[in-house]
Amino acid sequence: MSQFLEISGLCARIDADGQEKQILRGVDLSIPPGEVHVIMGPNGSGKSTLSYVLAGREDYEVTAGTATFHGQDLLAMEPEERAAAGLFLAFQSPIELPGVNNANFLRTAVNAVRRARGQDELDAVAFLKMAREAAKALSMAPDMLKRNVNVGFSGGEKKRNEVLQMTLLQPTFAILDETDSGLDVDALRIVAEGVNRLRAPTFSALVITHHQKLLDYLVPDRIHVMARGRIILSGGPELARQIDQEGYTKFLAEVA
Amino acid sequence: MPAVTQTREAVEKLGQSTYKWGFETDIEMDMAPKGLNEDIIRLISSRKEEPEWMLEWRLAAYKTWQAMTEPKWAKVAYPPIDYQDAHYYAAPRKKPGPKSLDEVDPELLRTYEKLGIPLHEQALLAGVEVPEGERMPVAVDAVFDSVSVATTFRKTLEEAGVIFCPISEAVKEHPDLVRKYLGTVVPAGDNFFSALNSAVFTDGSFVYVPKGVRCPMELSTYFRINAKNTGQFERTLIVVEEGASVSYLEGCTAPMRDENQLHAAVVELVAMDDASIKYSTVQNWYPGDENGRGGIYNFVTKRGACRGARSKISWTQVETGSAITWKYPSCILQGEGSVGEFYSVAVTNNHQQADTGTKMIHLGRNTRSTIIAKTISAGRSDSTYRGLVRVQPKASGARNFTQCDSLLIGDQCGAHTVPYIESRNMNARIEHEATTSKISEDQLFYCRQRGLSEEDAVGLIVNGFCRDVLKELPMEFAVEAQKLLQISLEGSVG
Ligand SMILES: Nc1ncnc2c1ncn2[C@@H]1O[C@H](COP(=O)(O)OP(=O)(O)O)[C@@H](O)[C@H]1O
Ligand SMILES: [Mg+2]
Repeated sequence: MSQFLEISGLCARIDADGQEKQILRGVDLSIPPGEVHVIMGPNGSGKSTLSYVLAGREDYEVTAGTATFHGQDLLAMEPEERAAAGLFLAFQSPIELPGVNNANFLRTAVNAVRRARGQDELDAVAFLKMAREAAKALSMAPDMLKRNVNVGFSGGEKKRNEVLQMTLLQPTFAILDETDSGLDVDALRIVAEGVNRLRAPTFSALVITHHQKLLDYLVPDRIHVMARGRIILSGGPELARQIDQEGYTKFLAEVA
Repeated sequence: MPAVTQTREAVEKLGQSTYKWGFETDIEMDMAPKGLNEDIIRLISSRKEEPEWMLEWRLAAYKTWQAMTEPKWAKVAYPPIDYQDAHYYAAPRKKPGPKSLDEVDPELLRTYEKLGIPLHEQALLAGVEVPEGERMPVAVDAVFDSVSVATTFRKTLEEAGVIFCPISEAVKEHPDLVRKYLGTVVPAGDNFFSALNSAVFTDGSFVYVPKGVRCPMELSTYFRINAKNTGQFERTLIVVEEGASVSYLEGCTAPMRDENQLHAAVVELVAMDDASIKYSTVQNWYPGDENGRGGIYNFVTKRGACRGARSKISWTQVETGSAITWKYPSCILQGEGSVGEFYSVAVTNNHQQADTGTKMIHLGRNTRSTIIAKTISAGRSDSTYRGLVRVQPKASGARNFTQCDSLLIGDQCGAHTVPYIESRNMNARIEHEATTSKISEDQLFYCRQRGLSEEDAVGLIVNGFCRDVLKELPMEFAVEAQKLLQISLEGSVG
């Protein structure tokens, strides 16, 4: 229980058009502080669902298991409380907020978590300075802050905007759900650098990806393979390279 | 700091429950007996020391009203209003002009305090002399119940040649102007409620901006309804001469009450050649409790006449209050190349009903109009947008663009869009776009994952939805409006 993030026997289902659908079937996962862990696994295995359940999305019903964060019962917290506690989720498909100015959204969010963490709120000037610097470090066009949240953003721009939010919100635990998908090599490197800048003994990440490429830059501590709602295999960084070359089939057959 | 900012900040700090501005003042009232008849009208007219022509005008309107029936076409439902069961005149009892705040009725001061009006502004409102050199960017003409308690900044405005005073005063002091324009945009017999208003109106504002003058400050009026069962019938007349301009702000809060209260205002705007009028409203009448009890019935006739060439009238409104709203600010585009604009946000929650919209009547050549209407429905409320665009045969080159967007929160509310388009000119171009959307779970979750509370998330999304309208409001009003939107939707999700 003293661990940083501790998930045990986590089961979750969803009510899809009146039909109960079990998605997570007993996830066990433990992430110590300061480490970057990776989840790989075939499409539909439940990776995004796990990230949603950890972030507190209410459509998923947790039917069994526990998840603790700094020893706190994560599942009993509201999504915004989890955010304030330091959890950040970079969405696989970031959501558009029409008419909502990106800088205004970011400042509202940053001040909400700062308030909850007992820190002073930032005024508009201080915030903009910080946001501009962070955007520049991610090679984002300056007008991205003035545009509406994710509206009309390209796939790559959306992903960078997620990393920008992560940078500004300063989480202690970040989940990145296929943040590398659809990025070119340069963008991939920029995003990876964004994550690496946060690396610290008090920061951990759970990175969901299909590609070894991102991991070349991120240098993960552990790789987990997820299939049919469970972690079926865990290993060192070499496991990712193996999957990259041989695919999932072999591993799935082994555990079947 | 501008006085208005102080006022707003103070208002924000008032930690009151659900309806933040609900309270009632207990000052001695000078009140007419219940009921409506010729004698009551004579009483109103004599209390206001009106000239004979004004009384006759009222009596004629009363005759017209008697022959009319309440309109039933709007998509609102309410129990029948007993027009004989209300007081048509109430005034705080006159006292000799106070020399300092100490001499002002403490009950009145307490009302100001609850409203969050800062001290020096309270003094102005209560009619205490202002120290020399003190200036405020916004002139406040507070209508406390039916009588304007005080009018400020008359002097600065006078120097510019602008008249801004209670209409009852204008009737006496500028009778020629009032007679020339009153009822020319909204004739007494225009509709049931305008006829009623014409017969019994007790106060409101009069603004006159002479040729070539840009009004040096934004004009603002705070309306409040106070006495039990007192219908409030404001009458506002704004006349802007050639090449002149004015921006007028109207904001309302009302005390919490149990009975339904009728509010039937008439607003008339007249713009001559190259004149422009910007009329902004943030309306927050008491909407009734969550079961739909109480609340204000708001039946308003607002109309502007673009009489001159290239004149412009712009209505911007944020409507969050009232149990029932029936309101269609309109523009009559008579002058060649004149421009009419309507930007509106209407929010309904709980059991509120709103039937609002606009009319753009294109009479002159190359007239243009823009309509941006945003409707937000939550709870069990029902909201209808009703918009008429009419192009008359002579209005060659007329253009209209209409955008109606509805946002639904929850699945028990309704939103309806009823566009009426009548074009009698082949050269006119009319475009209409409409959308209906819901605040999605995805959007809420995204915001909450970033640390926003559910209510802040709704506020942010709603304000985003309304952005095109809110940006038309004067800065300070926009800030207030944003807060109001969020307050009025509290508890609408989850
Ligand atoms: N909201 C939902 N409604 C219905 N089915 C869902 C929903 N979310 C996830 N699923 C289903 O759950 C399974 C796992 O989905 P997901 O967690 O997105 O997988 P992954 O991210 O590993 O590709 C899939 O079969 C998917 O169709
Ligand atoms: Mg996924």
